[in-house]
Amino acid sequence: MPSLLDLRRRIRAVKSTQQITKAMKMIAASRLKRAQERVIAARPYAQRMLQVLNSLATRVDPESHPLLRAGHAAGRPLLIVITADRGLCGSFNANVIKAAGQFVLKEGRSQEIGLGLIGRKGRDFFRRRGFDVRFEQVGIFQRLTYAHAADVANAAIDEFVAGRASTVHVVYNEFRSVIAQRIVLEQLLPIPRLEGAAGPTTEYLYEPVADEIFSVLLPRHVQAQVYRALLESNAAFFAAQMTAMDAATRNSSEMIDSLTLYMNKVRQAAITREIIEVVSGAAAT
Amino acid sequence: MALPTKLHLEIVTPDRALVREEVDEVQLPGAEGYLGVLPGHTPLLATLKVGELWYRVGHERHYLAIAGGFVEVLPDHVTVLAHIAERAHEIDVARAEAARKRAEERLARPSADLDFERARIALMKALIRLQVATRARTRV
Repeated sequence: MPSLLDLRRRIRAVKSTQQITKAMKMIAASRLKRAQERVIAARPYAQRMLQVLNSLATRVDPESHPLLRAGHAAGRPLLIVITADRGLCGSFNANVIKAAGQFVLKEGRSQEIGLGLIGRKGRDFFRRRGFDVRFEQVGIFQRLTYAHAADVANAAIDEFVAGRASTVHVVYNEFRSVIAQRIVLEQLLPIPRLEGAAGPTTEYLYEPVADEIFSVLLPRHVQAQVYRALLESNAAFFAAQMTAMDAATRNSSEMIDSLTLYMNKVRQAAITREIIEVVSGAAAT
Repeated sequence: MALPTKLHLEIVTPDRALVREEVDEVQLPGAEGYLGVLPGHTPLLATLKVGELWYRVGHERHYLAIAGGFVEVLPDHVTVLAHIAERAHEIDVARAEAARKRAEERLARPSADLDFERARIALMKALIRLQVATRARTRV
């Protein structure tokens, strides 16, 4: 039977852990709010961009631009994996890594797939296992800006245009709600076939010419997609962390309750034993 | 077909939706010169450069600084996808002034590794910001 002192010490330890998890939950909650606002604020841009692209798609030959053409046959698939920099967020990182692993298995031999890794957790995982890492970004989530997304997108575009990558996919956690994240695997390049706008197509004037606009618009579209993925992943991370820390806080209060109960029983038993000793001692004399 | 009398103007950047308003007139910094757009304009797709954008609602003009992007113009609709956009009163004048000085110095004393084009764009951005910011102060 553990001594009373041991139990007290144990309860104190669990309590201080609980304080930490509680604080982390609060921090995650406040960061989540900001991250969520950014996701929502970024949506109109992506939507409008898609609309403009769609209305253009009917007018421009898809073979005319390298980002729309099917990739170089000699190239290997490239997968961008977006994880978080930190843990303590439940299965957030594990889920992305698992989905990435499935993608690699489906595409064939693991050494033949190039990876672009964003976030420390994913980088550490795949680096250690000797994957072919084409580019990586670590520690960008603390101050996430559009420039980061542009860097990642441009690296991917370079790989694709140079013929080293046949396709580019991205896998990340999408922010559904505070309690739900969803793993999403999207094709980034070649840009999936755009659907022409429904109804009569309008004749546009172009300034400068359409091809030139297209060659500026398409990379921009890829950047916006990556930016959205990063923002979603960031919001999903805080949501996952908040949920995980909430569960941890609840579990530690349960643990404290049961330990306290046990401690009281032990104390009771000790008191009873002492009384018996006193009484039997008195009876003996 | 009756011409529309108003334009629905939308200005969005990667970070936020900035403007969503019914306006009477818009002027945009097109890549090949400034574009004035009134309701009923021919459909147009253009790239934007660094410059000043204003839109008019009644007799009131609102100024914004824009740095690059695209615009889609329809007879009753203008959608601006800007890389960077700031309203006149949001502009940090001190920061723009500092950026202007930095860019000017870099251009005045070109070193070997100077990216001339980038320095030029930085200077343009700073100048446009300053110009737009003064508009905010002169208009009462």
